[in-house]
Amino acid sequence: MFKIVEKELLNPTVVRMVIDAPLVARKAQPGQFIILRTNADGERIPLTVADYDRETGTVTIIFQIVGATTEKLGHMAVGESLSDFVGPLGRATETEGLRKVAVIGGGVGCAIAYPVAKKLHEQGTEVHAIVGFRNKDLVILEKEFAAASSLLKVMTDDGSYGEHGLVTTALKALIDGGEQYDEVIAIGPLPMMKFVSLLTKEYGIKTVVSMNPIMIDGTGMCGGCRLTVDGETKFACVDGPEFDGHLVDFDEAMTRGGMYKVFERYAHEETCRLFQKEVQ
Amino acid sequence: MPNMSLKKNPMPSQEPSVRRRNFDEVALGYTAEQAVDEAKRCLNCKNKPCVGACPVQIDIPAFIQLVAREDFEGAYQVIARSSSLPAVCGRVCPQESQCESKCVRGIKGEPVAIGRLERFVADWHNAHSSLADVMKPAPNGYKVAIVGSGPSGLTCAGDLVKKGYDVTLYEALHLAGGVLVYGIPEFRLPKAIVQQEIDTLKALGVHIETNMVIGKVLSVDELLEEGGFEAVFIGSGAGLPRFMNIPGENLKGVYSANEFLTRVNLMKAYRSDSATPIQNARRVAVVGGGNVAMDAARCAMRLGADEVSIVYRRSEKELPARAEEVEHAKEEGIQFRLLTNPVEILGDDDRCVNGMRCVEMELGEPDASGRRRPVVKEDSEFVLECDCVIMAIGTSPNPLIKSTTDGLETERWGGIIVDENGLTSRVGVYAGGDAVTGAATVILAMGAGKTAAAAMDEYIRAK
Repeated sequence: MFKIVEKELLNPTVVRMVIDAPLVARKAQPGQFIILRTNADGERIPLTVADYDRETGTVTIIFQIVGATTEKLGHMAVGESLSDFVGPLGRATETEGLRKVAVIGGGVGCAIAYPVAKKLHEQGTEVHAIVGFRNKDLVILEKEFAAASSLLKVMTDDGSYGEHGLVTTALKALIDGGEQYDEVIAIGPLPMMKFVSLLTKEYGIKTVVSMNPIMIDGTGMCGGCRLTVDGETKFACVDGPEFDGHLVDFDEAMTRGGMYKVFERYAHEETCRLFQKEVQ
Repeated sequence: MPNMSLKKNPMPSQEPSVRRRNFDEVALGYTAEQAVDEAKRCLNCKNKPCVGACPVQIDIPAFIQLVAREDFEGAYQVIARSSSLPAVCGRVCPQESQCESKCVRGIKGEPVAIGRLERFVADWHNAHSSLADVMKPAPNGYKVAIVGSGPSGLTCAGDLVKKGYDVTLYEALHLAGGVLVYGIPEFRLPKAIVQQEIDTLKALGVHIETNMVIGKVLSVDELLEEGGFEAVFIGSGAGLPRFMNIPGENLKGVYSANEFLTRVNLMKAYRSDSATPIQNARRVAVVGGGNVAMDAARCAMRLGADEVSIVYRRSEKELPARAEEVEHAKEEGIQFRLLTNPVEILGDDDRCVNGMRCVEMELGEPDASGRRRPVVKEDSEFVLECDCVIMAIGTSPNPLIKSTTDGLETERWGGIIVDENGLTSRVGVYAGGDAVTGAATVILAMGAGKTAAAAMDEYIRAK
């Protein structure tokens, strides 16, 4: 069992949790992920590691409440335990030799982009961070990003906070303004990563994206997480989750991600109803 | 007087028309009377050809004689000397190509139903014993680690714990059992039976650590250096599913058999209260002709599909699945499209599968495997309508352990290289099962676990 030692609401639907998992904390690296089950009958869901503390033996996860399992997880309290928490899985972000990088986070993807920015910043790489949200209420990790970068751009779709526009708007302005990046690391919703990759391709800047497809085991066994990269089938769990954004077939990844949408919506609504009943 | 009937006592089973829509076990098992009657068909011959054909060398005539005398517990004890998973083997072993293929009674008539008797004995024991009766062996003070809790790992763990070793079994998933729980469906091998075998190992003192992906959470070297283990056995299984590399394989509605079966068996997607979704498919095409293909097809039928077909590129004679599985599948209404090979999976505007373009094949000259090589018939292309495709064309070993263990030699296709005792290129590191052979059977994996356990014992005692 894996105890929840901290819990914090970052915005109305995004939760940060610190989990007691010493063996995972011992080896976790930015870019890697874990798989958890809330309870013995639960489904297995992958979440990227948001932070870790080797000394206290804890791992931080940040998740958005989108489906039945994240709904259930969001209702769990400090002191309660998850039945399963396995990792670190997948490959770590490659940060070696990078001098200047633009780290881009979109929505809850910022939770995954942050540890990458932090690691780069700590190793002396110059980091420009661009983070995008739909509106002011959804902004997360602003302080953390500010501390891990020499330049931070906060973008909102509706202009209610920071600058008005998409992350690509800010990135294009920076590049056109003369900034030269060794690499762009973009983590967020698939359409965001797709458009960042399209933009950087024009400029010929290497771009790494982090894929978060549907997964079961996370060890290469099921192949459910497969995606097409440069015309070849890859498994996100063992070959990734990070890939060259210029080579990923995003359109395919978007349709595959919607495979169980109807089921998920129904399961989520059912779970919400159950929690409402409990409250009454 | 032996029972000279030329035919086996038939296995009581659920009617095909009923079982094709439920996940309950197909075969119901012999009654005591049927078992005794069948046991009396054994001639107890001197040279025991059946024993030599059993990968774990169970003393078959000895246990059958005890069944004939109604000493079922005695019979169980004979089997337990050689096999740690009798209730499993009695259900999933390909007896027709092993013990039963060598039975003298099979020369004229049907062989003795050894598998059904093994199952009866194991079930009888499980129903009449309690875990409290399990005697913990005296500890010998040595620790061994086993990676993977499938058939090879469970067998290796069972043999070593009985010799007094302190055994830790590491499992990557949240539940122990490996392919016995994620792969083989409930209707062929009820999960309660697997759990009972695992509980017995626990009662004997085996520590089971789930959620431990060796190669990620801990490496084999860490187990040896920091974990205090004298030796490690790798039984990590066959891992990565193969695809055909034809267009359309990443459309929605295309599953690997591993994914489909894991959703259904491990994650219980067939139950309405399961949190894990599965496609509600109407017309399912399963590509491949092995036991895994049969399992996937029969699961798809039980999930409510209108039509399920097996698509296989050779003829019926070459089907690698057990004859009994093929028979059961046919009875349940699975269609067999033999000498047929997919060339493309077709999708609609929403990228959901809506068909599979296939070609007809004919058998040419024998290939390296000795089987006649299928070649494409000219102008034979056609479209098979379907909304779900399950690829059951094999797996390749998971590279996680190889890539994190220095000096562990593997074949080019990924299988771990071992000697006849299961020893790898690393001192103290043994391996067996699908991780070594590629996709094979439960009993072969068990045999490998057994061989390695004996070698590990010898190695540690000589240290």
